[in-house]
Amino acid sequence: MTIRTRTFAPARSRFLRGAAFSRRLHWIYLVFGLAFLAFVGAMALLEHLGLSHNWIGFLFVVGPIVFYAGIGILSRTTDPTEYYVAGRRVPALYNGMATGADWMSAASFIGMAGTLYLGGYGGLAYILGWTGGFCLVALLIAPYLRKFGQYTIPDFLAARYDGNLVRVLAVVAAIACSFLYVVAQIYGVGLIASRITGVAFEVGVFLGLGGILVCSFLGGMRAVTWTQVAQYIVLLVAYLVPVAWLSIKQHATPVPQATYGYQLQKVIASEKRLQADPAEQRVIAIFQARADADDARLADIPAALAAERSVATRRVTELKAANAPQGDIQAAERMLARVPRDSDAARDEWTRERDANRERAQPLAGMPRHAQQFAGDPHGDPAARRAFDDSRRNFIALVFCLMVGTASLPHVLTRFYTTPSVAEARTSVGWSLLFIVLLYLTAPALAVLVKVEVFDTLVGTRFDQLPAWINNWEHVDGSLLQVSDVNGDGILQLGEIRIGGDIVVLAAPEIAGLPYVISGLVAAGGLAAALSTADGLLLTIANALSHDLWFRIVDPKASATRRVTVSKVLLLMVALGAAYVTAQKPGDILLLVSAAFSIAASAFFPALVMGVFWKRSNRWGAAAGMVGGLGLTLYYALVNQPGVRETFGIAGPAQLWWGIQPIAAGLFGVPFGFALLVVVSLLTPPPSRAAREMVDEVRLP
Amino acid sequence: MPTSEFAPAADPVRAARARHWRRTMRLTAVLLLAWFVIGFVVTWFARELDFPFFGWPFSFWVAAQGGIVVFVVLIAVYARRMARIDRRLADETLPADAPAPR
Repeated sequence: MTIRTRTFAPARSRFLRGAAFSRRLHWIYLVFGLAFLAFVGAMALLEHLGLSHNWIGFLFVVGPIVFYAGIGILSRTTDPTEYYVAGRRVPALYNGMATGADWMSAASFIGMAGTLYLGGYGGLAYILGWTGGFCLVALLIAPYLRKFGQYTIPDFLAARYDGNLVRVLAVVAAIACSFLYVVAQIYGVGLIASRITGVAFEVGVFLGLGGILVCSFLGGMRAVTWTQVAQYIVLLVAYLVPVAWLSIKQHATPVPQATYGYQLQKVIASEKRLQADPAEQRVIAIFQARADADDARLADIPAALAAERSVATRRVTELKAANAPQGDIQAAERMLARVPRDSDAARDEWTRERDANRERAQPLAGMPRHAQQFAGDPHGDPAARRAFDDSRRNFIALVFCLMVGTASLPHVLTRFYTTPSVAEARTSVGWSLLFIVLLYLTAPALAVLVKVEVFDTLVGTRFDQLPAWINNWEHVDGSLLQVSDVNGDGILQLGEIRIGGDIVVLAAPEIAGLPYVISGLVAAGGLAAALSTADGLLLTIANALSHDLWFRIVDPKASATRRVTVSKVLLLMVALGAAYVTAQKPGDILLLVSAAFSIAASAFFPALVMGVFWKRSNRWGAAAGMVGGLGLTLYYALVNQPGVRETFGIAGPAQLWWGIQPIAAGLFGVPFGFALLVVVSLLTPPPSRAAREMVDEVRLP
Repeated sequence: MPTSEFAPAADPVRAARARHWRRTMRLTAVLLLAWFVIGFVVTWFARELDFPFFGWPFSFWVAAQGGIVVFVVLIAVYARRMARIDRRLADETLPADAPAPR
């Protein structure tokens, strides 16, 4: 009797407290949602009254940031449990929303629908991989981390693997993958802010940075959590509204997620029609001829270069001799100046041109047929069979890396420290995935809807009757959209459109014929996605430095307040460093993100999983597995990167193993990490008694 | 034997905990198998599973919708079943000589 009351009374009172807390949160976010809708309504009114687009864009960038900053200021704290894990009282539902926002980055919000538009079935690897990973989080990691109940991922690994060797490795890996990822996010912030408000890219970066910092700097995980919940609401609304509208415009239901199968049938029919269309074939032939001409030039570069230069020089002299108008002479001189300087420059430029022309000389503008699973044909000739096998292997490999990477990204895993209990940590993963899936079910639908619009409405329009959004976006950024009448028939063919994936989301409101205010809303959503992810990442990096390196290793006697202060200073420094790197505009964003996934997967996954499920694993095994797995992944990803091969003068084409692309380098790193962990653990003494007891402890609810 | 007076009390608890872990492992293994079949086996045979399904080719639908909804369901099932497994452990580890509740 007494035992029952003793065990259950505190539990019930905690539950009631939790329920009251949840109720208050429901109210707060209901009010927030309504306030946000009122903000959008006010913007619509202002647009109606004639406020310029730049101003609306600016308000949509700054308004939400001010609001997030407000949450940051209200949640400011110096208490370590509040700062690192939001006081461990985030209800499962809200932790799910926060994780959703934390997880969905600029790549999910802006990039994914574009990838699906351009890649069809091939793009679904991202959908499958980025959702399936949460099964691994739920089944193998989150509940055990929560039971352990410290602050960071290195904390867990250090306790399980006896000490600081593994902690330092974990800190290095956590910083490496989070830093790559945060650079990609800040890049996204700069891109959206500059595109929608017209400020310079660098200004956009620092504007966004202000929004990130004021939040995570003042309130740590506590502020980040409550801001992320708000950001989730913003990004979900911003994603769903234009898609629903576009679907209505195409005479379908407002829930295209459930019905776009029929639009997909339309796309499949249009693909057949376009492939057989003679005008399309003429465009393709023209690009093929251009590529062949480039090949001819590349065959004998010095001769072609000399010929080109002499033609350009002759033209200038002729014009001058004929006393032609000054404008014509200047144009000819510019042509002359554009002739490549030397053979090396010519080779680079012409190879680039040839590749671009070849790419556009493909049927359907180089896009695979939308519903076709994998390239090639398993029953075709040997080349088609090889293409099929290759494409299928790479698809599976990418799915694997994205799944395992998802289950290893420290900024996501730390979120599961913040729930009140182990059971809520489990439920919370389910909520997280549910909230993520709401957006991920929509992205493939949006890709298909935009494809219907392009294939059936846009293609075949006369050039003087193109819809306004084409001109707008061509004007904003030529890399996103470019149309030119290649075959000169005055009618737009699919082959004459060059499209960048990002436009699928960014221009969706205009394609659907919605007012500009919805474009602003989409920008606010993209910004919310990028900011929320950047918040979580910066916090992870700063905490790895301050908590794991400084407090745990350098100065374990530091007071709680001092720890938080150090963390804040480091956060500021890391953020400025990341912004500095971003402002240099480093290479390919998708490459950065996928590199982060492979790094996280090969460094953390084996050690985390074996730490719980195999008692015999020890520090040497874990250290070897982390170093070996990470090393192999980095080696494979880097040595097969064209840029890296050039820098280090590695000759010849990339040496791929079983044709696996470097984007899926984790496919080799993760199993190698597991193997090393097992072998080295068995060759060295068993782990300490404390570590074994910890395993028993985390396995209990 | 010095430990004998603790053994009767400690052993049932330890056995109950071991049972709890075995149940957890079994549930985890079953759900991981389902995860693997959806994520990898169906995907591997995507070209063969091409029959129409409410307008979508089936394997396209699985990768775009069906699969990810199943993932959510798997996690929900895990959370519910684990709650039950945890309750069983709580029941089993109540001291045997404690009076029955109420």
